[in-house]
This record gives sequence, C-alpha cells and structure tokens, in this order.
Amino acid sequence: MIACSTGDVDETRAVGGAVAAVAATGDVVVLVGDLGAGKTAFVQGFAAALGVTAAVTSPTFTLANRYQGRLVVNHLDVYRFDGPDEVADLALPELLDDGVTLVEWGDTITADLPADRLSVTISFGDGPDDRRLDVECVGESWLRRSPSLRAALEGWPRG
Amino acid sequence: MTGFRGRADRSVPLGVPAERIARPWPERPVSAANKSGSDNAALRDAWEQSAPALGPASATTAILGIETSCDETAAAVVAGGQQVLSSVVSSQVDLHARYGGVVPEVAGRAHVVRMVPVVSQALVESALDDSDIAAVAATVGPGLVGALLVGVSAAKALALVWDVPFVAVNHLEAHLHAAFLDEPSLELPVVVILVSGGHTMLVLMEDRLRYRVLGATVDDAAGEAFDKVARYMGLGYPGGPVIDRLSVQGAPDAIAFPRAMLHDGWNFSFSGLKTSVINHLRRNPDSTAEDVAASFQEAVADVLVAKARRAAAAHHARGLCLAGGVAANSRLREMTLDACTADGLAAYLPSRAMCTDNAAMVAAAGWWRLQADGPSPLTVGADPSLSLPES
Repeated sequence: MIACSTGDVDETRAVGGAVAAVAATGDVVVLVGDLGAGKTAFVQGFAAALGVTAAVTSPTFTLANRYQGRLVVNHLDVYRFDGPDEVADLALPELLDDGVTLVEWGDTITADLPADRLSVTISFGDGPDDRRLDVECVGESWLRRSPSLRAALEGWPRG
Repeated sequence: MTGFRGRADRSVPLGVPAERIARPWPERPVSAANKSGSDNAALRDAWEQSAPALGPASATTAILGIETSCDETAAAVVAGGQQVLSSVVSSQVDLHARYGGVVPEVAGRAHVVRMVPVVSQALVESALDDSDIAAVAATVGPGLVGALLVGVSAAKALALVWDVPFVAVNHLEAHLHAAFLDEPSLELPVVVILVSGGHTMLVLMEDRLRYRVLGATVDDAAGEAFDKVARYMGLGYPGGPVIDRLSVQGAPDAIAFPRAMLHDGWNFSFSGLKTSVINHLRRNPDSTAEDVAASFQEAVADVLVAKARRAAAAHHARGLCLAGGVAANSRLREMTLDACTADGLAAYLPSRAMCTDNAAMVAAAGWWRLQADGPSPLTVGADPSLSLPES
C-alpha cells in the first residue's frame, strides 16, 4: 500500500498523472471514494498524462466514456449498476483489451473485475481540500510494478 | 425589453384537437435502397425524385417521433414540425428512484414493455390513421445505448411496415427545437441554455438547423450536480425537484458557494461546487438543508445565466431560451426572466413538459432534418456519445 496526501484537487490530478506513467494497455484501476472525493479528478490527471486533450467529463450519465491518448483511456462509473448483467452490458473484456480502464465505484463490482488491478481509495483529510489516496497493487502484474509505482509517487508525502 | 414570451405554468395539452387533417405523403417509388438502407446516396436520390417541393402545402405532414434515450418512454405525433397532435410520455422515475439514478438495464427493459402502448396511445390521441404518418423519427443519441436501441428499433420497424422514411434524430438537437413547439414565433438568433442530467451546454441557435456550441461542462452536468448533492443530503432521486422545493424556504445567500469559471470563457464546471457543498456539510452538520439547497441552487443558476447573458451580448442574440430537464428549475427560470428584462431580451421559457424529455421535440427536429437531409438510412444505429452537429 502506498499512501499519498494531496492538498487540493490539482494535486489529486497530479497523483493520477504520476500513476499513469506506469500504466499499460489492459490495466484496470478501481477508484473508491465518497462523492466529491476526487475520483473524476484523478482520472482527469491520469488521462492528461497520457496525452488526452479532450475534456474528461463525468461518466455518471453515459456510464462509459472513451478517450484517445497515447493509450486508449476508458472511464467508467458503475455506481448505479445492479448486478452482473449490467457489467456484461458494458462489454468489459472488450474494453480491457484495447486500453486502460478506470472504474469509479469499482469496489461494488470487484467480483466481475480482473484479479490484477490497482485499487485507489480516496478519503477526505482534515482541511476541506485535503485528500488521502491509498494506492494498492492487487495481483501479479501490479505487484511487479510496485517499485516503479512507488518511485513515481515519491514526490507525494507518505501518510 | 422586446417582450416576455415564456409561459412558466402552461403545460402542453395532450392530443390537441385542432386541425387534424394530415396530408398523406404522396406516392413514391420504393427503391431497393429504401428497403436495405445500404446506400444513402441512392436513397436520397429516390427521395428527391419522389418527394414534392416541401413548402407550405406540406405543413400538415405528420411525423411520429419516438424518444427513449434515458428514462422516459415517449411517442408523439407532430404535424409540419410545429403542431403537436399528441405527446405521450411514460416516465420511469419511480423505477429508478430507489437506485438513486437511472439504472441502464432497468431502463432498457421498461422501454421494451412500454414502447407499443405508448406509440399506440400517441396515434390514438393524434386522431390520425397509421396511413397518415409520413415518417418515423427516433432519437439515436446521445443517451444510454440499451435504452436508445429500443426506440431506434421500434422506429425502423414501423418505418419499414408503413413504408415511410426513418429519420435519425440527435437528442440535443431535439431539445433545441422544443421551445418552438410552445412558441412558434420564437425569434432567432437565441442563446440556449441546454441543461439536463447528462448535458450542460450553451448553444447559439442561428437557424433551425444552424447552431454553434459556445461552451459545455468540463466535468459534471448541472442536473448531475443536483442529483449528487441531493444524494449526499439524503434527499432522494431525482435531485432537481426536491432541491427546488426545499430552496423556497432557504436563504440563497446563506452560504457563499463558489461560482466556477464565472468570468472565464463559455465552459462550465460543477464538480467543484458539488465538492464545496459536501465540504460545507461535513464541517457544518447543523446547517439547515433549506439554506444549503437554496445557496447551491443559486450558485448553479447564477453561473448559467451570467454566461448566457454575456453570450447573448457577444453574439447579438435576441433572446435567451431554456431547454432540458433542469430548465424546469424555478430559480433558473426566474433568473433568466430577470436577466432578459434587464437586458431587453426575449425570454423563452418552455413549459415543463417541453423542457423534459419528450417525443414531440423529436418529431419536430425530425421534420426539419427530413427536409434538409432526406430520410436516414436504416443502417444508422444508436450512438450513445453522439455530439451536437456543428454547422
């Protein structure tokens, strides 16, 4: 587990960008955190670091947005999903094949997600804009990359 | 002020009994392309050879519109792109309330169940025969793909069976046409504030099919901010109406929530406002829900109207127009009206029935599209991320 703390939403974006540096096609990043924690902000930084120039907007209404950068970035919101049928509707395996997939509220569908994934839990800190990000590597592919991920996140104070 | 054109409290009557004489579309050859939908050019040619010059004579041509982009199953018959002969909306809001938002799978299934009864009712209320329907228009996007597919498939099936053109309609373009159904004499150009649960944009509408997206949200849609704030406050779903109601008892200046990007371009950002409301509630658990609701709503309306006003001045628009579900918000309507009064602009505030998703606006937009582009090939499918065509 790597713990980072950020003092505003731009710093949360920057952490997203730092994580993107070690991401590869086929990766899954699960984002956990309450409303307003900064899940979409993390994805915005992540996508920008991969060269996505389009505005990364909330996927809440459309459920899945897709962006083309140096890698394809899939941005999902599964808050309203009601069981495995819905996950099947997203055609997750196809999405995973061709890009990096970030799933907001992904903790609700972990059974349907690959065993290899990065879990990012964002919680509120003391100040109104303070956030704590707990980054956890799950599965072999991410555990192998854990040292480089730790190095990429070096700049952020460890909690 | 050039005149207030909005009618905040008027609801659109269903099944307007006015002039019901719809002229059947003239006989035209059924080309192979029409059947297979495989060749847009051939289809267009066939259409142009057979269709009469579209002038006032065809102004009573009736189009069946179908809308299933989100959680409303809707069908309507509109003559000449203007006269609403029927407009039926079956809302699924109760089905989704317990989930705190639209559940795609639930929405798709509900559309399937409701499609035939809703279309039947729209036809009955229009007092037309099936044979009077000149074309079938359906929303093809943007929206939830599983929901869109139901309406698109139904429309194509009806078009094939009745042997009439199918017209693919952009949901956002349909919203832009909604105000005309309440206000036929709407004077262009207008700046449209298009705000709903999934979209927030400022559009300069110069002509029926000519418009420019001036700006859009860079993160959350306005309606989404209402829903999420309501969800955090435990007020249920949908968030718009409940926050509107609570706000009446609250002080809009109780809490100074941020107005993001107020003086900065034409885009909007509502994610920070949502977070600011949540931060405030975490720190001040005792603040009254009414004050929080009123102050939040004030911040949303403030930014939307301030930018629209500036856009109207910059582009010499004659009025401001509201569209989309959030346009039903009473504070937004009030503020728009005040701004128009102050700036000498016309205020077009469509009825609630025309702001929220409906099929009359789809039929109207379909009529204009049919005239400009001819029928759509049957190969056109649902596109969940369709954007507004720039002209």
